[in-house]
Amino acid sequence: MITETKGYMSVNFLISQAKNIQIVIDENAAEIEALDQNIGDGDHIFNVQRGLKLVVELEDDIKNLPLQKGLNMIAMKVLSGIGGSSGALFGTFFMSMAKTPDLDKDIDFNKACEMVITGINAMKERGKADVGEKTMMDVLIPVSEKLNELKSGNTDMKEGLSEIIKIAEDRMLGTKDMLATKGRASFLGERAKGHIDPGARSSQLIIDTICKSLINK
Amino acid sequence: MKKFINNVDDFLKESLNGFGKAHSDIINVNFDPNFISRKTKTKEGKVSLISGGGSGHEPMHGGFVGHGMLDAACPGFVFSAPTPDQMQAAAENVDSGAGVLFIVKNYSGDIMNFQMGAEMYSGKNDSIITNDDVAVEDSTFTTGRRGVAATVLVEKIVGSLAENGGSLEECKKLGEKVNKNSGTMGVAFTSCTVPAAGKPTFDIGNDEMEFGVGIHGEPGRKREKIQPSKIIINNMLEAILDDLKPQKNEKTLLFVNGMGGTPLTELYLVYNDACEILKSKGIEITRSLVGNYCTSLEMQGASITLLKCDEEILKNWDAPVHTAAMRWGM
Repeated sequence: MITETKGYMSVNFLISQAKNIQIVIDENAAEIEALDQNIGDGDHIFNVQRGLKLVVELEDDIKNLPLQKGLNMIAMKVLSGIGGSSGALFGTFFMSMAKTPDLDKDIDFNKACEMVITGINAMKERGKADVGEKTMMDVLIPVSEKLNELKSGNTDMKEGLSEIIKIAEDRMLGTKDMLATKGRASFLGERAKGHIDPGARSSQLIIDTICKSLINK
Repeated sequence: MKKFINNVDDFLKESLNGFGKAHSDIINVNFDPNFISRKTKTKEGKVSLISGGGSGHEPMHGGFVGHGMLDAACPGFVFSAPTPDQMQAAAENVDSGAGVLFIVKNYSGDIMNFQMGAEMYSGKNDSIITNDDVAVEDSTFTTGRRGVAATVLVEKIVGSLAENGGSLEECKKLGEKVNKNSGTMGVAFTSCTVPAAGKPTFDIGNDEMEFGVGIHGEPGRKREKIQPSKIIINNMLEAILDDLKPQKNEKTLLFVNGMGGTPLTELYLVYNDACEILKSKGIEITRSLVGNYCTSLEMQGASITLLKCDEEILKNWDAPVHTAAMRWGM
């Protein structure tokens, strides 16, 4: 059980992570766009960028709010401001995180893990996609499973986060040789093979950024 | 990128503003959340039809709001599904108490956002999902076939039934019948440029075509060398007929749809080729529609949709309609 750290997951934490992620996504935008043009229609990167911008711009409105309220406002902003699959999925993520019980208490690492797991489960439900279907869920579901392990195990937190970085990267790369069965890439059949899924790549970058910032904290 | 743009971020808003001004006798454009609704309130007891999707397919769907067709349309950003709050607001605005039928094209983003919109709307509602594109395989384990140009036919035919007092259940049933009896196949000669991207969605050689293209320029069955029209149309129709398996002498509606960058002159040539090929196969064309109805920005290309028609479908197809993009009988 990891109990050493307190204060994980707050409105300020979410905003500062969104800022970090925005920088990383912008740096990799051309690559993600190219991936999407290979197997999709190229809207993914703009949706992710628009979403991050909206969340960062929310800072002044939500920085003094309790976590649950802040999460709900982020959820509604993401849900109404992005569109496409990304808007629905990330909106669902924040909305269900906000429904985790006891958010008014101090959020330790385990509680933060529980929130993220709840969020990813809700995305899985909404998108009706599982691992092996060449979507962002190929990265997110294994990460969620690892978080569940960390939450109830004895692994050192930083070690655990390093493992998550590795899992996300492996799973992202693993989408390259998959046939897509969900999302727009599914319409391509064999032709989607040989291309990394753009949603898997953006999700991996997000996880990578968050984990690294926690490790270096 | 050469387009009529002032500022990329204002692209959709300015276009919707223009649409609202040009058709102020038929529709209202509402902003934040964005939806297009009829000028006149839905009459009591009439089921409301709401569709929507990414922008860039004009006149679909805003151009189909009006008497005999949709009650509201929710436009997303270019090629991105609209958001749940748009569907919720549109439903609250137009529902007269008889319920709302959402007409959704089978794309993951549209499905998820419409589902959430339907969950957020407290009134009675149901949905139909169109998936007429025969270019891709259907399967219960996958996203399945794409919803493309036959959505126009569903909206027209169900729109007439709703206008004439059809219940929510009856409207859904007819919509599903039209969808099931339709097959569409598309071909692209050029790519299209999403304003936010500023460059073409895909590369395609001067002598190439994408056979089975989707309505966002997403790839289809295969990349081929361009051929004489008769051969292209024959291949498209074969794919459709393989799927629809019409009976000999079965009545059909033949819909030749432009992708946005192909002139009507060519679309009529396509119609001519399609007529001759279908005639040689003993298929009767009883209704026609030719034009740009379900487009992909400035893409050059066309899709062909064949709809097998029974009396109910024909009657509702012929019924009066008065929208920005389709008008007859009134």
